[in-house]
Amino acid sequence: MKRLSSGKRIDTGTTLRFTFDGKAYTGHAGDTLASALLASGVKIFGRSFKLHRPRGLLGIGLEEPNALVTVIDNGVREPNLQATMVELRDGLVAVSQNRWPSLDIDFGAINQIGGKVFGAGFYYKTFFGPFRNPRIWHFFEWFIRRAAGLGSAGQVADPALYDRMNAFCDVLVVGGGDAGLEAATHAAKQGQRVIIADINPPIETNNFAAFPNVRFLSRTMVWGAYDGNTFTAIERVSEHRKPNVGEPRHRHWVIRAVSVVLATGASERPMVFPGNDKPGIMLAGAMAQYAEYFGVLVGERIAIFTNNDSAYSVARDLANAGAQIAAIIDVRSAISDEARLVAGLAQTEIILGHAVVQTAGKKAVSGITIQAIDASGKTSGQTRDISCDALGVSGGFTPLISLSVQKGARPAFNEELQAFVPPALPANWQAVGTLMGDGLPRTAPVLLIQAETPADKAFIDFQHDVTDTDIDLAHREGYTSVEHLKRYTTLGMATDQGRTSHVAGMSRMASLLGKSIAETGTSRLRAPFSGVSLGSMAAERFGHVMPDRLTPMQDWHAENGGQTYAAGLWHRPMAYPQIGETIEQAYVREAKTVRAKAGLVDVSTLGKIMVQGPDAPEFLDRVYTNMMSTLPVMKARYGLMLRDDGILFDDGTAWRLSQTEFLVTTTTANAGKVMEHLEYYLDCIWPDLKVVATSVTDHWGAMAISGPEARNILNRVVTVTSVDNDALPHMGIVHGVIDGTKVMIARLSFSGERAYEVYAPAGHARSVWEALIEAGTPLGLVPYGLEALGTLRVEKGHVTGAELDGRTTAADLGLGGMLSKKKPFIGSAMAHREGLTCDGRLQLVGLKSLDGRALNGGAHIIENASISEVAESLGHVTAACYSPELGCYVGLALMSDGKKRIGQKLILSDPLRSMTMPIEVISPHMVDAEGSRMHG
Amino acid sequence: MRINCPHCGLRDVVEFSYAGDANRNRPDPASTDMEAWNNYVFNRVNTRGRHREFWQHNHGCRAHLIVERDSVSHEIFSVRLAKKPEAKPATKTTKPKIVKGAKS
Repeated sequence: MKRLSSGKRIDTGTTLRFTFDGKAYTGHAGDTLASALLASGVKIFGRSFKLHRPRGLLGIGLEEPNALVTVIDNGVREPNLQATMVELRDGLVAVSQNRWPSLDIDFGAINQIGGKVFGAGFYYKTFFGPFRNPRIWHFFEWFIRRAAGLGSAGQVADPALYDRMNAFCDVLVVGGGDAGLEAATHAAKQGQRVIIADINPPIETNNFAAFPNVRFLSRTMVWGAYDGNTFTAIERVSEHRKPNVGEPRHRHWVIRAVSVVLATGASERPMVFPGNDKPGIMLAGAMAQYAEYFGVLVGERIAIFTNNDSAYSVARDLANAGAQIAAIIDVRSAISDEARLVAGLAQTEIILGHAVVQTAGKKAVSGITIQAIDASGKTSGQTRDISCDALGVSGGFTPLISLSVQKGARPAFNEELQAFVPPALPANWQAVGTLMGDGLPRTAPVLLIQAETPADKAFIDFQHDVTDTDIDLAHREGYTSVEHLKRYTTLGMATDQGRTSHVAGMSRMASLLGKSIAETGTSRLRAPFSGVSLGSMAAERFGHVMPDRLTPMQDWHAENGGQTYAAGLWHRPMAYPQIGETIEQAYVREAKTVRAKAGLVDVSTLGKIMVQGPDAPEFLDRVYTNMMSTLPVMKARYGLMLRDDGILFDDGTAWRLSQTEFLVTTTTANAGKVMEHLEYYLDCIWPDLKVVATSVTDHWGAMAISGPEARNILNRVVTVTSVDNDALPHMGIVHGVIDGTKVMIARLSFSGERAYEVYAPAGHARSVWEALIEAGTPLGLVPYGLEALGTLRVEKGHVTGAELDGRTTAADLGLGGMLSKKKPFIGSAMAHREGLTCDGRLQLVGLKSLDGRALNGGAHIIENASISEVAESLGHVTAACYSPELGCYVGLALMSDGKKRIGQKLILSDPLRSMTMPIEVISPHMVDAEGSRMHG
Repeated sequence: MRINCPHCGLRDVVEFSYAGDANRNRPDPASTDMEAWNNYVFNRVNTRGRHREFWQHNHGCRAHLIVERDSVSHEIFSVRLAKKPEAKPATKTTKPKIVKGAKS
């Protein structure tokens, strides 16, 4: 191991300090963590996943399966990074993974002793299968999960910024190698908008400064291909240095391209032979690149083992860099003259028709044993030992086809390359360069070297410790599809995505099946192409991400003691507790005051839709179950909407403002859904109706004033119109003025008291609210919140979203009389089908606590008090509160044949919250069942 | 996926929401033929390949569109307003711009 005087990517004049596992090292600017450690003589970079075998560097880029590290920055841990992809920076702190206490001495290596039993599916077979009891599995799982896995994530919040960006271009070029640069230059000269993304740091030759139409994204990996030529990429903006103020660490790109050129290249793969995972055994091409780019010579006496010509030029390059080449061992029995010529420059022995069958050395390779090999991969004859301090291996090249197949096309198998290449590509897609096999060497059929008595394991997938025998085992146990093989053995999973292992695995599989690799196929490659930070995908979208919807009176609520909570996106006051009051005491007082005097509640959140046009009455007749066309102008009517399947959808009111104009209100929760419902029927089902629906929810501030004193209060503030019973009877509407603001007042009651809904333009709603508070306070008016609103409606048996749960019918909720028989409406045919009208349906009832305790929402009603027996649920509680009017805790429930059970004393059971209590079934109309209070 | 809204132009699919199969025949509102209603409300063909479907441009003009789309490749063949009969092409016609001669 030695550092040469120079390397193309490093600046030997700049020294950077860093630590690995707490030990201080130095490297140069331009180094990767891998190259700097390699130059410092580090041999063991990690411990393998299952068997904890010491592992060194295998590759130089994204293909690296072994050298996974955790980088720690200000306490923030980023695990499972490939050391080959981590750019060195001054002060970098990296630690190795999957070892305890250290890389050199790892107690987990004890797994190697039991290595024979740790085959594919070992954990499930041993701890899950035999016991048939998930609890036993869960017990073992805790230990297994602790022992397994690689790096661990930290607990500290990541303070780094992440960003996301949309971009559009004519040509997206993925890959900044020769082929990619050529394609980008060509497109740039034609004046096309080009984005070129390259995973590596920028180098001087990537200069497109002359082309304003080109955006060069360096350190950028395109990792996903989606419909409509949409691609996702991650740009590592400032990971390699201290970010400038406001600069993100990573940036997530969504690139929409008219056409795409894939130039992602190919990665080399190793040979499979016993003991092929020892530190010091490295991809031959990577060895040459470490010398060329980083000035690191990986050994002084290097052996080469290959099945193709590329390794011969590697041998020459390494010899030129100062290494002695021990030998070139080639499984092929004949090679080209060019290869022989190139090898001659390396001044080394070429041993054809041989394979490495054993490797010497405990923690790093110190020598190899070779033997003659036949075409099937079987070795025989005399063995020969060759000493070396590094072994370069080349088993051919695997084009990086991921992006070309992510959308589902099956890649083609190229026999000459012994690799999968891109399939026929869609229009506007092109694949160029080594990705298409251009310039890649012809490769001998991939062989798994089978020694007579293997001295060690032969690894196919280094990252997951998958050996040839694991694939044999999977095959014996019936996992003969490539997708099953992948999942059973974990071949090709995790950060390296099988770049070094896939073809060897498929080759073994194919030979077991007696098929060709082409027939066996390969498992589906999916996004992401390689590891992507979750931070980049979240970008700024974390913590409080949903928008807040505030009513025009929100500030007043906050200033006047309103305790708010979230109701969907809305913030709504639950109650206005006075000093020393609990929420329950506050809502009980508020509800009591409404029934005794008056209360004012903010109902701005109700959905409001203007339905206008000559066919508006006809349209509303079709969407509501009851008749709306007969509604007189300036009158309102309660209405129900069903879905096509006859289930209740929403309830609300329709206000007829003129012959052709209705203001439709919906529940808060369904405001958006009702709007879409109306739009769907107008656009898709009845396009001939001359009707326009417009959401006006945010245009109106709305408040309901309820209670015996409500009219007196309105009388004090409303001008232009009278509000007495003749001018404004129950369900009437008037236009008036409050505090200089034009308002609409409809006499509607949700509380059961004499009540009015006042609608004011949103910008003036607060002043109208304040005028009502000011006029009403002397008469006992209080503001009330959602809790009191709920209490008042529970006492009246009025339904809300809790009862409109997508399963109930109008009849279930006692509203069957609202289904018109004079006209068809949405859901009219299906509402009467057998399953919706049969006995045993859940019906709305009231419940009363018999022991003074509160009912729990969601608790179930049963007949038998013994909770040790399985009891049949008769129904469940949908709403619960304390009723000031009845002086006890009450609730609403949906209950099987509920109407027939009124008067029965039953049990409420809530095993999750350990509660059972006696209750009585009562009518849901608990207060003023005749409805006399709201009239007159 | 991107949909070329006749009102708003080519927009990302996140602005739209699927609003159902556009091939269904809704029975006459007054019909009480339960077989027909049952078929309309509950049964779907689940076409593989070319399919007519409703999409609503919720985060745009809010119009419902009839989109002809391949349910496998997600290729869009035509987009039109559900309210208006004339069809519009699926995307602005951009000629394929293949980069020629790019070899390493």
